[in-house]
Amino acid sequence: MPGTARKATMAALLAGTVMVVPALGDESAELVIDGEVFVTRTEAPEHMDYISEISSGWLFRSAETQAVQMDDFDNPGMLYVDGGLEEWTNVDGSEGQSCASCHDDAESMAGVRTRMPQVNADGELWAMEDYINNCRTERMGAEAWGWESADMLNMTSMISYQSRGMPVDVQIDGEAAEYWEQGREMYYTRYGQLNLSCANCHEDNYGNMLRADHLSQGHVNGFPVYRLKWAGVGSIHRRLRGCISDTRAETFARGSDELTALELYVASRGAGLSVESPSVRN
Amino acid sequence: MNLTRRQALITALSAAAVAGILPRSASAQSLDEAIAAFTGGAEATEGGVIITAPEIAENGNTVPVEVEAEGAARIIIFAAGNPNPDVVTFAFGPLSAVSRGSTRIRLAETQDIVVMAEMADGSYQMAAQEVKVTIGGCGG
Amino acid sequence: MEGVRPRVRVDSAAEAGDIVEVKTLISHPMESGFRRDGDGELIPRHIINRFTAEYNGEMVLDVEMHGAISTNPYFEFDATVPEPGSFTFTWYDDDGDVYTATDEQSF
Repeated sequence: MPGTARKATMAALLAGTVMVVPALGDESAELVIDGEVFVTRTEAPEHMDYISEISSGWLFRSAETQAVQMDDFDNPGMLYVDGGLEEWTNVDGSEGQSCASCHDDAESMAGVRTRMPQVNADGELWAMEDYINNCRTERMGAEAWGWESADMLNMTSMISYQSRGMPVDVQIDGEAAEYWEQGREMYYTRYGQLNLSCANCHEDNYGNMLRADHLSQGHVNGFPVYRLKWAGVGSIHRRLRGCISDTRAETFARGSDELTALELYVASRGAGLSVESPSVRN
Repeated sequence: MNLTRRQALITALSAAAVAGILPRSASAQSLDEAIAAFTGGAEATEGGVIITAPEIAENGNTVPVEVEAEGAARIIIFAAGNPNPDVVTFAFGPLSAVSRGSTRIRLAETQDIVVMAEMADGSYQMAAQEVKVTIGGCGG
Repeated sequence: MEGVRPRVRVDSAAEAGDIVEVKTLISHPMESGFRRDGDGELIPRHIINRFTAEYNGEMVLDVEMHGAISTNPYFEFDATVPEPGSFTFTWYDDDGDVYTATDEQSF
């Protein structure tokens, strides 16, 4: 149970086995891109009980990594945005349509990232990738893209980029409530042989070092993210799978209901932070 | 940075480049050969080369490195601890304004970056800097 | 190879003799030749091995690259612009493909 897990962690903290004071690299660092100031720290959403201020993962990175995101030219994630823009007008499938046939300019996608994942007309929770593939198979008569395919990453990077600078604002009540509760339950559930929940690292120990990694609060406001380790852009589900694997657990599939629910809950913890897509992390 | 260690390295490399007496480990052998290929066996002196690189890299896949040597015709970067020490050579043409180049490189482990510059008069200068490459806690 | 996408950003010179900063980035995996696949077999090297920047046919920078250049090769350097004209940037792939980009300088 979540409550029990938190108590156990608190006991460990009180016993002095873990450092609790966050040590951000440079707490005064400000993310500015082309003169636009991003919200990288703000008051935590009301539903969060144990953190009062939320901080973007950008703040937890080294000065060199931070700098790569501060210049759109230096940011290799922008290569994917360029790729998505090319694909936007590319006619594909049996219906002779491109994305632009229905949606006009890519700028019309502004705000979409802030709302993802979102419950669809049939009451199912869908991630951005699900909406894109639905367009492809139902409207364009084209084949669905793989979740982590180059085409999909280009498109999600480009669509997310249209919301850059806007605050994360996912729906968590109404028809989204049951998915959000499912995601919350997962967040506080310990997984794997290491018996770790998301909260053990990203709520109880952000700011501390996990070996050589400076633990962040684990927000997803910068996804798709260009990760130095991957030497490429990756999806939210790729990262969530990685975290769960790190606990030595059997992980969930990309696009699974479980990861989409967890994505919603994690996104809601970052409500109010600016969308940074495509962000740059280590 | 440990200056004594750096100086020791440079001295050793310079001497080795001339005499070919580096230890017979595969990596050192090929660094020796790579340096000799660049200098033609000429001796290099320390100084005149500026290296800008992080003391600790967040990930060895992508380490930002800038090199500059005023008046250099060519600058070469070696990664002494990589399986192949050759990384990149900048040859500056007539319309190069400053003998400076910046790029992103891969470092297999914590090691010294060795940078040599061929000056307009055919002499060689060099510098070295250690970059620590961390092993992250997160495999994801 | 397919899908390789170069990007360049060059400052604009205001008058003859100005020094401009050049940044280039190109999408490429830069397979080093030292990695192994799931079966333990070495993955063959496949990199961009040379990059050149010229202005009105005169060399600015000629770069020889090896497998230790990161994925999506990035370069930053400085060029003198002696008269109006254009930069030509050229990347040479191991597979024989050549990628180019240009930038006009008109003052």
